[in-house]
Amino acid sequence: MVSAFSSLLFLFIIFAFILGEGLPLFYKVGAGKIIFGFTWAPTKGFFGIFPMIISSYMVTLGALIFGAPLALGCATYLSEYASRKMKMFLKPALELLAGIPSVVYGFLGVVYVVPLIREYLGGPGFSILATSVVLGIMILPTIISISFDSLMSVPQTYREASVAMGATKWQTIYKVVLPAAQSGILASFILGMGRAVGETMAVIMVAGNALRIPMSLLDPLRTLTSNIALELAYAAGDHRSALFSTGVVLLIIIMLLNFIANFWVKRKVAG
Amino acid sequence: MRLNPRFTDKFVRAALLFQALFTVSILVFIVFIVFVKGAANITPEFIFSYPEDMGRHGGIFPAIVGTVFLAVLSIALATPLGVGTAIYLTEYTKESTLTRIIRFGVESLAGIPSIIYGLFGFIFFVIKLKLGWSLISGTLTIMIMVLPTIIRTAEEAIKSVPRNLRMVSFSLGATKWETVTKVVLPSAAPGILTGIMLSVGRAVSETAAVIFTMGSSLRLPTSLLDSGRTMAVHFYILAREGISLEKAYATALVLVVSILLINIVAYYTMNKMIARYN
Repeated sequence: MVSAFSSLLFLFIIFAFILGEGLPLFYKVGAGKIIFGFTWAPTKGFFGIFPMIISSYMVTLGALIFGAPLALGCATYLSEYASRKMKMFLKPALELLAGIPSVVYGFLGVVYVVPLIREYLGGPGFSILATSVVLGIMILPTIISISFDSLMSVPQTYREASVAMGATKWQTIYKVVLPAAQSGILASFILGMGRAVGETMAVIMVAGNALRIPMSLLDPLRTLTSNIALELAYAAGDHRSALFSTGVVLLIIIMLLNFIANFWVKRKVAG
Repeated sequence: MRLNPRFTDKFVRAALLFQALFTVSILVFIVFIVFVKGAANITPEFIFSYPEDMGRHGGIFPAIVGTVFLAVLSIALATPLGVGTAIYLTEYTKESTLTRIIRFGVESLAGIPSIIYGLFGFIFFVIKLKLGWSLISGTLTIMIMVLPTIIRTAEEAIKSVPRNLRMVSFSLGATKWETVTKVVLPSAAPGILTGIMLSVGRAVSETAAVIFTMGSSLRLPTSLLDSGRTMAVHFYILAREGISLEKAYATALVLVVSILLINIVAYYTMNKMIARYN
């Protein structure tokens, strides 16, 4: 009974402390100057995190553009074409890989992806493109696992009915199975985005951490999460508060994403 | 132009197969690289000796000990809390506004990114409670972080215990508590263990939340108030600061092998649970 409320209590103190440290600065400096400010020079009184918000959005979107089609293709193949044996083997194998620490993804990104981009496309290599590729790969297992489950939960009779009416396998998948599994697939994308937005250490390693709005895919960038992690160890005073303000913005973005994902799942249950 | 449906069908099949193979090969490639590059530098000394010169030479023994301490302590604290919550949610209440609020709390905790846990642990445990960068700050932070995983898997496991087992227990005159501890929990144990193993995996692979709460001291932690580093943190510092590529790969190998083993145990126990009641 007591333990049941522990998670509520923890949630409460987490919010209390993040907001308690982060919100006062919004009043002191003005929310507009923080959220839409372009300059981050926390020791000189400039706390603009707009470039980081934009960067976070860009790499999250980039990760989805790289990861989602691959993951969905993989999940579709596994659920619709693969033999039972292959399913039994590949699904757990992919889920095991979800456990690989994100720092390992980041490191291999630095060793393999960054030099490749620097050599063939120019720029410093540490870039939106590199970050999107690394995050895109990182969210593959999440998206595959959840969209596979929702594809598998489409009743077999739907497929049989469609094939009985003369549809080919692909027509069945495209017109019947995918629409039926739509909400689960969308939820998997959103959860993948949640993982990409929240990722920190891997992003620090491949993003280059520059303090401006990236203008091309090859420009370095700094996300909300990496801003916190890069400076927390030595920040003090308003500088530290500003990092908590960054955390507040990040929390709001994550909460919105989770809310949308939940909404989609609920709608599926209701419909 | 309209494509012949039969041709499209064959084409799509090939394209999807290609996507699936491509995806799997990326992930296999990652594991393969870590194994090949890491294996060359793994020796018994690497595992059992202390790092020298910031980790440029020597081994990772303190990091292994730090990882084990952090994982074991945080899971030991989170398990009773998490299983307790799951028992309360499944055995002692009906669906109500209260359980919905608790579930909402658990879901929200699960969605918070690890860097936020790092921020929170830093301001609350390290600064406000004056515990400093220490094993205890890290443990408490990770405990909160893994709680949702333990609650959700335990809840599923308890729910999957057949109703008639409870009925039999009650009809023999057992109290609610006796039924829970002697009948329900033992039957749900493999499922609960799965959640515990997954949480251990998360604690071992976490970096962002650990580095700001436990710090990154290279010494062997000998008390709860000592700072220390886990393998993941050690690996991150080696790789990010370019201290030693060989040592980084070797650390990555130890890290990845431990996590794969932990997850395999988790899946094995989960399959046992599924096999038992289906």
